[in-house]
Amino acid sequence: MRVTLEALAVVLLIAAGMGMIRIALGPTSADRMLASMLFGTVGVALTLVLGALEDIPALVDMAIVFAILASVTAVAFVERAWGAGDR
Amino acid sequence: MTLDLVRDIVSGALFIGSAFFFIAGSVGLIRFPDVYSRLHALTKADNLGVGLLVAGLAVRADSWVMALKLLLIWHLVLLASATACHIFAKAALVSGVEPWTRDAA
Repeated sequence: MRVTLEALAVVLLIAAGMGMIRIALGPTSADRMLASMLFGTVGVALTLVLGALEDIPALVDMAIVFAILASVTAVAFVERAWGAGDR
Repeated sequence: MTLDLVRDIVSGALFIGSAFFFIAGSVGLIRFPDVYSRLHALTKADNLGVGLLVAGLAVRADSWVMALKLLLIWHLVLLASATACHIFAKAALVSGVEPWTRDAA
């Protein structure tokens, strides 16, 4: 079963790498921000996978913090950097 | 013994499904034509990729507390991605990003 989890970790890294392509291409800053939202999700998933692989329960708590922070980054981006003023 | 085998098969299938949705989400992020359709791809990776991963890990979890924590993570991610998707789409619409249509391309 370790093999499946290790393969999933590699797949998650590939997904993050594909997000890098969108950051390089992305015509607007919103597209780049979408890719970094994907990084947030991949970060949560990768933390969970590594926590299961290495058997470290504390990493689950870390993933909770990542999941909370992911929503804050999106709101902060839209409010401060992009749609500033108009809602 | 048999129960372990069943558990491994179920969690393995869920992990494979999770990997599929993560890859589908990032392929969509690259290939889709505008912000709105990319949002669609991204939220698939968020909702189903993390959801199936969490389900697979919960099957293997040692205790109920750990399984509930994993469920909490999934709900936080769902909340984050639904909120982010809504405000991104609204901000894009307000700032005048035209939705992609087949004719315009």
